[in-house]
Amino acid sequence: MSIEVKNLTYIYNPGMPGETRALDGVSFEVHDGEILGIIGHTGSGKSTLLQHLNGLLRPTSGQVFVDGQCITDGKVRLVDIRRKVGLVFQYPEYQLFEETVAKDVAFGPRNTGLEESKIENRVRAALSLVGLDYDEIGESSPFELSGGQKRRVAIAGVLAMRPSVLILDEPTAGLDPAAHREILSMIRTIHESMGIIIIFVSHNMGDIASLSDRVIVMDKAKIAMSGTPQEVFSHDKQLAAMGLDVPPVRSIMMQIAAEIPSIQSNALTTQEAAEDIRRAIPGFEQ
Amino acid sequence: MIRDITLGQYYPGDSPVHRLDARTKIIGTLLYIIELFIVNNYWGFVIAAAALFAVIALSRVPVKFIFRGLSAVFIIIAFTFLLNLFMVDGRVLWHWKFLTITYEGLSRACFMAIRLVLLIIGSSMMTLTTKPIELTDGLEKLLKPFGLIGLPTHEIALMMTIALRFIPTLMEETDKIIKAQEARGADFESGNLLQRAKSLIPILIPLFISSFRIAQDLALAMEARCYHGGSGRTRMNEIHFGKGDVVAAILMVIFLAVIIASRFIPDLF
Amino acid sequence: MAFIEIRDLVVQFTRISEDGSETAGKKAIDGIDLDVEKGSFVAVIGMNGSGKSTLAKCLNGLIIPTSGKVLVDGMDTSDDSHIWDIRRRIGMVFQNPDNQIVSSIVEDDVAFGPENLGIPPEEIRERVDNALKEVGMYENRLKGAHMLSGGQKQRIAIAGAVAMKPQCIVFDEPTAMLDPKGRESVMRIIRQLNSEGITTILITHFMNEAAQADRIVVLGKGKVLADRTPDRLFSDMELIDRAGLELPPLIELREVLGLSDSIMTVEDMISELKKQCR
Repeated sequence: MSIEVKNLTYIYNPGMPGETRALDGVSFEVHDGEILGIIGHTGSGKSTLLQHLNGLLRPTSGQVFVDGQCITDGKVRLVDIRRKVGLVFQYPEYQLFEETVAKDVAFGPRNTGLEESKIENRVRAALSLVGLDYDEIGESSPFELSGGQKRRVAIAGVLAMRPSVLILDEPTAGLDPAAHREILSMIRTIHESMGIIIIFVSHNMGDIASLSDRVIVMDKAKIAMSGTPQEVFSHDKQLAAMGLDVPPVRSIMMQIAAEIPSIQSNALTTQEAAEDIRRAIPGFEQ
Repeated sequence: MIRDITLGQYYPGDSPVHRLDARTKIIGTLLYIIELFIVNNYWGFVIAAAALFAVIALSRVPVKFIFRGLSAVFIIIAFTFLLNLFMVDGRVLWHWKFLTITYEGLSRACFMAIRLVLLIIGSSMMTLTTKPIELTDGLEKLLKPFGLIGLPTHEIALMMTIALRFIPTLMEETDKIIKAQEARGADFESGNLLQRAKSLIPILIPLFISSFRIAQDLALAMEARCYHGGSGRTRMNEIHFGKGDVVAAILMVIFLAVIIASRFIPDLF
Repeated sequence: MAFIEIRDLVVQFTRISEDGSETAGKKAIDGIDLDVEKGSFVAVIGMNGSGKSTLAKCLNGLIIPTSGKVLVDGMDTSDDSHIWDIRRRIGMVFQNPDNQIVSSIVEDDVAFGPENLGIPPEEIRERVDNALKEVGMYENRLKGAHMLSGGQKQRIAIAGAVAMKPQCIVFDEPTAMLDPKGRESVMRIIRQLNSEGITTILITHFMNEAAQADRIVVLGKGKVLADRTPDRLFSDMELIDRAGLELPPLIELREVLGLSDSIMTVEDMISELKKQCR
């Protein structure tokens, strides 16, 4: 499984006074089993990009290949693309509508024409992937659940379509710290057990640093940078110019390094940072 | 994008048209719409269009901006045009299979399309040059006499203010929900009428829930800001008749007379 | 007497079942005592469902206590005759930037509160202009609200509260739906307003925002789990875990390094490390 985006350009309202170039010659690849993080200031084109990956938007020019198959030439059935590429929008809990959790999660598989007999198993499996129990909540109304649970039900609704690529737009937005941690570990679980490509957009640089194998930085409709989190977050000045931060630990370590030149660190996590400090100060005392 | 719809939008400015009392503009617009229906020949439209362009020039709203709003309702105009074009009997101009265009049909289609375009531009001039709040304040004041017979004028005006405010929000919300359900393989375009109606449920329910949430949030926010009905409220910009309004009223009367007179001139074509 | 006094507050919602009968539902607030002094900056944190938002709505009488009392400047929120006096003293900014803006045009929305107070037009104009300048949105005063970013909308909502000249503003998760830039601009304005003497109550999920307050109140299941200064709160790991919270990044680093609890800022950390280097 792979995704290849070639020279993607998208113009809103072409030829109209409100014409805007939301994507401008964007090219990148995502390899099998990779977790790709996408960052960028609001309005940099991230959401527009995501909507091209499952055919919700048609590019003005350029192509998207999913597993070698071009999905932008209009020959593939849209429902097949959407089964292959699952897209979870920001605040996905607002799209729940069925009477019961089980029915809501079954909405996607049913739309793709899956046989009724297989649907229940799909729903069970999807709910257990997001850490929920079918027997416990399958028959309850999705509107009675807590905020974090609702979000997981919505994600299960996309997972039940067995996508080969899972795209998440700001999966942790608006959650409390505990629910936030749960969603992060849920994403890791999904990745490990399904082995699928995961693409996620986040403003939380800590999440980006801890989850992604590779990071793409969007700025003014273009890809401004890409690389491992280490590489991308070492360009703190360029990121700041695009209105982006580095992970909080990174920013602390940079402030320390500015005052104490002997402590140089590329750490992205607290543990790495602590090790770098201990190493730099011989005889470090607690 | 939905944000670009200019219909019902305000174009900030400080022109003589912007400065007019909202009531003058509401009455003027109503009068203009009535006059468009009084018109019975192209001379009338020439005069009405000239008057409209004079107002546009005076308002300093860019023409480009006005026509952008028009493009949003282009389909309605095109539909009206085609309907009239093919549906009127008379002298045959062109015929192909079941489609027939008559001289009378063409004439009626042009007539209707011009009337509709002038009507839309005319009424959008009101919203473009009047802040929504002034518009609803103006309406509240115009409706005031009906308050004596129990019409809740303040509430009606407030409802309009909120409706105007939340149209873009709800449109964005709808757009988001449609896309989210499409991403789950929902299909809104195929199937018979019943299936299509059923396929709207996944959009309508979340939209209803969103609307209720918005309503609840907004009600709390308004209460927290001391809203307690119309009594004892003041306004930042009290609307009042000025010199400009007197001039506008005189011009409106003259224009009405000219339009009525235009009925008696022989037609252009 | 403190500006806000909360005594033995209980809020219990009633459940209305399908047949219309009412039964007592869950206690959202279960016995809270709290004082907020004039001019102070109090953060309220806790998991979803811990009662934070309910508490906020009790402060200006949007929710009336089931039992107990909330006194604002000596006035009881359950006394109907004082409700407008209380609400003009306590402004409120909510989480969703979209759903609290009433008018389409920025300045008309900011004027909504003062208009409700029946203030003369010239003074409303002055208050609106000043409030918009305070939040740095004066240049956008004639824009349509729906054209603004989330952070800008939230600044308009703050201006709407400021224009009522409140003595206190309650912020109910004002940054939850914003991007980092919007979040930072809103926090800057909150600090600025507090430094101008406005009593500030900030409900938040972000620990680094809470750490900027003078005092942090931790809620759990409708009760106060702790009420301390940030440095004393963030040195109690057991409590942080129990309340489902997390440490701000700097304090997490301090804890991993096993350094003293007195280190609360990067500057503290730097001077401690400098000492160690010598």
